[in-house]
Amino acid sequence: MRFELTPRASISALWRALAPVLAFITAFLIAGLVIWLMGRSPLAAFQVYVTQPLSDPWALQEILVKATPLALIAIGLSYCFRANLWNIGAEGQYVVGAVLGSWIALRTHGTDAGLWVLPAILLAGIIGGALYGLIPAFLKTRFGVNEILTSLMLVYIAQLILDYLVRGPWRDPKGFNFPQSVTFDPAATLPPIFEAGRVHYGFVFALIAVLVTAVILGRTLFGYRLRLSGDAPRAARFAGFNSKTTTLAVFGISGGLAGLAGMSEVTGQIGQLQPSISPGYGFTAITVAFLGRLNPIGILVAALVVSLTFIGGESAQIMLKLPLDLTQAFQGILLLCVLSADALVSNRIRFVVRGGAK
Amino acid sequence: MHHLHSGLQRLLATTVFNLFQSELQCVKEELSSSARPLVELRGISKRYGELLANDAVDLAIRPGEIHALLGENGAGKSTLVKILYGVVEPSAGEIQWEGRPVTIASPVEARALGIGMVFQHFSLFDELTVAENIAVALSDDWTLDAVRARLGDISHSYGLALEADRAVWTLSAGERQRIEIVRCLLQGPRLLILDEPTSVLTPQEAEHLFLTLDKLSAEGVSILYISHKLEEVRRLCQTATILRAGKNVASIDPRAHSAREIAALMVGNEVGGVRSTAPHVPKGEMLTVDSLSLPTGSLHGVALSSIDLAAHAGEVVGIAGIAGNGQSELFAALSGERPTDRNDAIIIAGHPCGAAGIDARRRLGAAFVPEERLGHAAAPTHRLSENTLISHAAAEVSRSGFILLRAARRLARAIVQSFDVRMPEADPQARKLSGGNLQKFVIGREMIRNPAVLVVDQPTWGVDAGAARLIRQALVDLATAGSAVIVISQDLDELFEIADRMAVIHQGRLSPMKPVSEWTKESVGLEMLGVAENSGEAVHAL
Repeated sequence: MRFELTPRASISALWRALAPVLAFITAFLIAGLVIWLMGRSPLAAFQVYVTQPLSDPWALQEILVKATPLALIAIGLSYCFRANLWNIGAEGQYVVGAVLGSWIALRTHGTDAGLWVLPAILLAGIIGGALYGLIPAFLKTRFGVNEILTSLMLVYIAQLILDYLVRGPWRDPKGFNFPQSVTFDPAATLPPIFEAGRVHYGFVFALIAVLVTAVILGRTLFGYRLRLSGDAPRAARFAGFNSKTTTLAVFGISGGLAGLAGMSEVTGQIGQLQPSISPGYGFTAITVAFLGRLNPIGILVAALVVSLTFIGGESAQIMLKLPLDLTQAFQGILLLCVLSADALVSNRIRFVVRGGAK
Repeated sequence: MHHLHSGLQRLLATTVFNLFQSELQCVKEELSSSARPLVELRGISKRYGELLANDAVDLAIRPGEIHALLGENGAGKSTLVKILYGVVEPSAGEIQWEGRPVTIASPVEARALGIGMVFQHFSLFDELTVAENIAVALSDDWTLDAVRARLGDISHSYGLALEADRAVWTLSAGERQRIEIVRCLLQGPRLLILDEPTSVLTPQEAEHLFLTLDKLSAEGVSILYISHKLEEVRRLCQTATILRAGKNVASIDPRAHSAREIAALMVGNEVGGVRSTAPHVPKGEMLTVDSLSLPTGSLHGVALSSIDLAAHAGEVVGIAGIAGNGQSELFAALSGERPTDRNDAIIIAGHPCGAAGIDARRRLGAAFVPEERLGHAAAPTHRLSENTLISHAAAEVSRSGFILLRAARRLARAIVQSFDVRMPEADPQARKLSGGNLQKFVIGREMIRNPAVLVVDQPTWGVDAGAARLIRQALVDLATAGSAVIVISQDLDELFEIADRMAVIHQGRLSPMKPVSEWTKESVGLEMLGVAENSGEAVHAL
């Protein structure tokens, strides 16, 4: 006996809209079961994970802060994934963007450099991420190397470069030998949107990226080119779209947005360069991109949800002594439920029972 | 004297040999004809939507017989074989194995009966060794050492030289095919099916294969040999079943008929329909191809060699040929999907554009319709309005990088109306249309902007008769209105019906272009098979 997925002739719009809701409920039920098996109350966990963060102003701000890099990176990744190209190395592009931008911040440190510093830093972040993203794209278009492997391996290179810099040449001489750079000047710091708030202008960049991407994917020939390359590569070639330039373009955009995310995080949130500038945003963003079904608005929502699980997970660790690994497990369960729900909306499951000759 | 003597000697020797041979053949045939068929197909039909791929086909294979299955591409050979091998379920009909009815629901069941198949495209793991590749296809109770030992025996007794521990990626196409054959032989088959086995072989490798097959046949293994190469069928097979348009049109002894007669049976002798438009008056040259050569792009690809072609405004130029003789390569070169390095190899409307891409050629007034509807001409999951964007370079559906959604919808509606495209809903996804309706849409998308040059590959392949008639009429009308139309087709009836001039492509070479009135079905058939008088070397190449 085996399963067979057969495409449905017509896809119900109602089910299509309901699918993510049902996926969420299922994910919460599964997670509740796990928590119950661990001997804790699922209801209390739900409260700590979901209800409390959403009713606490500080936690709400934290959700936006954490959602910012997730949304920026996932939006960038959606360009690649739409075109059926697999950039797994956003984490590395994020780090290199942060490194290149920080270079300007450190060079201007202690000088009276003016208002140009912050835009230059952000631009350097974008350029750094884009160039780093173009490496796997170039290797793919020039030599046919699989982009999944190269982009992933470049993550480790980027992380080790960052590690070397903050432990070596860029280490703060007055920093008690901690592996970190000097704290950036105010001119090199991304200000908060509201006075004394936590949410910085990176969130505005994320919103702009969402809107611009919605227009690009839905209304421009370039967006159509990506979708066509992803859905029917031969038809894309027939339409006159060069697959190599498509590859280079989407990796450049994706890397650039990851770089901007890294730079925003360092200048707006951390304020200095250190080895752990990312808790794995570049990888979590892959989940976010698919949770949002590669749709810009969907990605924004998914980024907020995943950010909520991070914040909730932290308080669950403190208040219920639940391990942080559970947060990651929950993110995995959620993604699995959303993808399965999508598959079930467009496919029918059939059990095939057949006695083969052997 | 000496000459005469040795001549006589040779004559005597051949006579005796021939006598002996025919004696042997007689005995063998008597044996096999008296025996009941190993497998018998009765009234097998297979329907795909509106297309009848097999139409009540009867076929009987005797033990030890090498039986040819002949036919043009699209005649229904592969469907029939897939039914026999359990890949496809027949819509009607019965299969008898040694006189008792059987259903073959899967290749596993086919193998259990004793049917082995060697596909045209190999399924081997490049990184594994020969023995490993064979072992993975066998049941679990075969150990690698057992495979290695049996491989030695089989290689030796059938002359299938193979080194058990060589990695597959180091092997030639002929050696890879031997692996597939050995794989089948290890399972002790009673019927071996070979799909176009010589298409990837050199003539020497092919001759080697024939010796192996003769030996297998002598041991009582039946062989179903699919091919369109007549010379090898006449050399190898005792019976030939000829399919045309899904029907069994004849079962003959290929050795008793000339290649010419068999070719006539394959391509059919019915007179084409009459065209009902004003006579075509060719004017200026709109498309010129000047000694275009392109090396092959892949293992199964065909290299184009010095192709010359001229199409004038106001005429339909037909290019006939059996599939896989360079048609898709020619289409890719004409459309610019695969540009050439010589810019003047292709001239469209007076502008050299051999090195230019498909967009530039569209802007010169050319339009293209590839063979594959879904995935090449149209994106299956995109709506028809979005599919108009594929030829955006020459259509008014975008402005400075932005999509004009409304214009795209209008264009799609106009195409649907003027080409009578039947749809299940408004603006559906391309995959929801039937083959014929999608083909009308795709051809309509290119025709609606009155291109100066239209290149179409297999315009009516797998399309119902009504849609085919509409498409052919539209192609003829386009030429009447003053465009140059190039039709690449495997359907000879179609070309005789709509083309003004015609040439035949065979192994990447184009025959001389002649008015259709100077061609006969027979002469085209011979060119298609490469056995025409003026291409004598091609016969030996078979």
